[in-house]
Amino acid sequence: MRYTKAVIVSLLTIALIWALNRSWGSVPAFAPLLSPFVGFWQNAESVNNADEEITLNGTKAPVTVIFDDLAIPHVFAQNDADAYFAQGYLTARDRLWQMEFQTHAAAGRVSELVGDKALELDRYNRHLGMGFGAEKSLKELMKDSRTREQVESYTAGINAYIKQLSPAHYPLEYKLLGYAPEPWQPIKCAYFLKYMSGVLALGADDLNMSNVLKKYGTVVTSDLFPDYPFREDPIIPAGTKWDFAPVKIPDVPANPFPDTKPLAMNWPEHDPAIGSNNWAVGPQKSATGYPILANDPHLTLSLPSIWYQIQLVTPTMNVYGASMPGSPGVIIGFNKQIAWGVTNVGADVLDFYQIRFKDASRREYWHDNRWKPITRRLEVIKVKGRADVIDTVLYTHHGPIMYEVGQKPFAKNVPVGYAARWIAHEASNDFLTYYLLDRAKNHDDYRKALSYYGAPAQNFVFADVAKDIAISPNGRFPLKWKDQGKFLLDGTNPAHDWQGWIPAAHNPHVKNPPRSFVSSANQSSTDPAYPYYINWQFGSYERGARINQRLTAMQGATPDSLRVLQNDNRNLRAADALPVLLPYMQEKILSGEQTKALAIIKTWRYNNDVAEVAPTIFTEWMRQYMEGVWQDDFPSNDTTTLRYPSFDRTLQLVEKEPTAHWFDNLTTPTQETIGSVLTKSFQSTIDSLTRKHGPIGDSWQWGKHKATRIGHLARLDALSALNVQIGGGAGIVNATTERTGPSWRMVVALGPTPKAYGVYPGGQSGNPGSPYYLNMLETWRTGQLNELLFLQTPQDKNSRLKRKVTLK
Amino acid sequence: MIELILIAILSLLAQLFLPWWSLAIVAFSICFWRSQRAGGAFLQGFVGVGVVWLGYALLVHTQTDGIFIGRMSELLFKTNTNVLPLLVVTLLSGLVGGLAGLSGFLVKKATAN
Repeated sequence: MRYTKAVIVSLLTIALIWALNRSWGSVPAFAPLLSPFVGFWQNAESVNNADEEITLNGTKAPVTVIFDDLAIPHVFAQNDADAYFAQGYLTARDRLWQMEFQTHAAAGRVSELVGDKALELDRYNRHLGMGFGAEKSLKELMKDSRTREQVESYTAGINAYIKQLSPAHYPLEYKLLGYAPEPWQPIKCAYFLKYMSGVLALGADDLNMSNVLKKYGTVVTSDLFPDYPFREDPIIPAGTKWDFAPVKIPDVPANPFPDTKPLAMNWPEHDPAIGSNNWAVGPQKSATGYPILANDPHLTLSLPSIWYQIQLVTPTMNVYGASMPGSPGVIIGFNKQIAWGVTNVGADVLDFYQIRFKDASRREYWHDNRWKPITRRLEVIKVKGRADVIDTVLYTHHGPIMYEVGQKPFAKNVPVGYAARWIAHEASNDFLTYYLLDRAKNHDDYRKALSYYGAPAQNFVFADVAKDIAISPNGRFPLKWKDQGKFLLDGTNPAHDWQGWIPAAHNPHVKNPPRSFVSSANQSSTDPAYPYYINWQFGSYERGARINQRLTAMQGATPDSLRVLQNDNRNLRAADALPVLLPYMQEKILSGEQTKALAIIKTWRYNNDVAEVAPTIFTEWMRQYMEGVWQDDFPSNDTTTLRYPSFDRTLQLVEKEPTAHWFDNLTTPTQETIGSVLTKSFQSTIDSLTRKHGPIGDSWQWGKHKATRIGHLARLDALSALNVQIGGGAGIVNATTERTGPSWRMVVALGPTPKAYGVYPGGQSGNPGSPYYLNMLETWRTGQLNELLFLQTPQDKNSRLKRKVTLK
Repeated sequence: MIELILIAILSLLAQLFLPWWSLAIVAFSICFWRSQRAGGAFLQGFVGVGVVWLGYALLVHTQTDGIFIGRMSELLFKTNTNVLPLLVVTLLSGLVGGLAGLSGFLVKKATAN
């Protein structure tokens, strides 16, 4: 008896310990996570203002790091290598999990961490050639001694941090997901670049456009999907003279469209809210007589914060700005002489080629009247809790074949059986551009830095202390015939290949234009007079036009005038559309609640402020109205996917051809008009909003309806900022939508010493247990900026400087 | 009482260097060595170990502003409270400590002469 009891209780104890010490599916190992000795308690941090000396044995000379009250590091190093080593070390200290996770994602390695639920995502990234592109980029950046030293020092700094890290101090996410950090490698920096190209340069409507073309032919297609919008205010001011003689552009081939079969794919998840604003006002417009520059890049807002502020001071540079964890140097920032910022261009740099194989073995494909060999790349995907998955990706000279016939595609806009030609597969040393910008002194240095840049193409805005301002939609642009890649391309015909590049010096650019400001907000790069083709569609015009409106009127500008403009909530789309649309409303048939809603719209001042009800109604109404006009004409189904014409084209139709047959719904026997579509969509909008929010009242307010969410990268609500109350929206200068928005706001006033301001929604630390995880959110939400402390020496005095750390 | 204090001190020291389950070895050994009754052994293990986890957790909680503990409560237990994580920490470690202590006592009885 006593034996039995002893054995049973002992076994029970051991079983309990075993069960608590392992993870169960997505439930983490409970005891190590909850233990105050090694678990999440160890991630709780408090404000620490004590000076510190850290011995790492990785620097050539001691590095002094001054931390300010927002925990932003100001790095003083005696040489460049030490500065990048310190940047790697400090970034890892604050953001290790984030930088590793993002590069794992780009490399198609998420299954390693979370099991086979991420297998399709990993396959997608591998078929996209992320590894193929990263390897080429790495080779290129290792060829240049400057970027080589930069990336190698940064890598060594990250590894110096990982090496002294005990499991109790692993970032929280490692404890939750149950894995350990691995050493950093230079290729991970290249993977990070590919990750950003994936976010910013993967837009492609080629498949849906081909399906539209097949259904309606060229006349209707070019009428409804024009190459230049009805309303536009391009980045390079219309009428700017080009200072170059264009090179020869390839002729449009005799047969520009391959005979495509209708393909099964759903509507592409193109997010028009991912864009950005930047501008610079010239000396004539500023209060001090020196230029002022502003930038706010819009991305899917996430935590840990997308950006990491840092100041780097060495004998060759003194630069301050926003860096990205995983990439050395500063991406958006300023130094004593210049300031710069970026917005996305949205160039057509991803095309799809229909591939004809010789036979089922798929070892050769037809191109230029002969059979050419396919190369195969083996992708080994490690899967947590399962055997490795080996995936063979076929490569043509165009690029990888994304998905073969019969395979199920992961991303909706990728056609099956087509090779992807993508700019991110090209070798380019994009880090060199930022390396040179961090040290640039004038406009010539800026132009030179830009000439090395590949992808993702950006509108680089520039201002300097010599009172020059400039902007350039810049990147490596393939030299194409007009509309090459608007539709799917023929992979057998060499005339359809990319044939060289637009010379870097011919990229659109303008310096000191007569209007005395430059700006961009993802709209068309140029007016139609630009000799080369960059894309047939860009971000919609509203943000850019509103910015230009305000800047045109602005005199005696200060950093605060630009800050106010960054927070501008004017809804230009509503201001354009409502006066045109409202006269068509059939008001007599509206119900009481619907009439009340219409009255709100009619008295609206077109502002997307947080407490307004009208933006809620307008946004949902326009979505339903677009469906009402186009769904019958461009229906997507299981075998064919189409896309709708733009809002701009639709509004133009109302203004110029209000009786167009497109307003009639083909699926009903009655004859619909613009008025009936508008009224019906309005009624259904009010009904669906009432179902969601109850009778019209406070719950309909824009801030509450929009409920902006800044989600943690691992999709954990408890570590996210939910229901952030802020105005703005898609197409608004303050471009804060449900999920996306200004991920960094910066204003820099040039002068004898630059004065700069900035903020992002989050904080310096990626640790949810740190007081610096979300401490900047409220400043961001209320549209304020923090002054960015631009130090000259480690001995500078400022009451906001809190702490000195020496790295040895 | 002396068993309880010994378990608390030794399990604290052990966990500074060894995995969390070293607390079970400490409770087992002390109760094997000294405990007189089954109920006493369980209690000594439970309280000796639980007090250390609770105490350390409380220390962390008071040194930081507590927002993080609320977030973790939200994450693990779907409710934002500071009490629940502290309670679960105490009960979980106490249960393992108590069972280990009881095992120690029972094994001694089973193997005695």
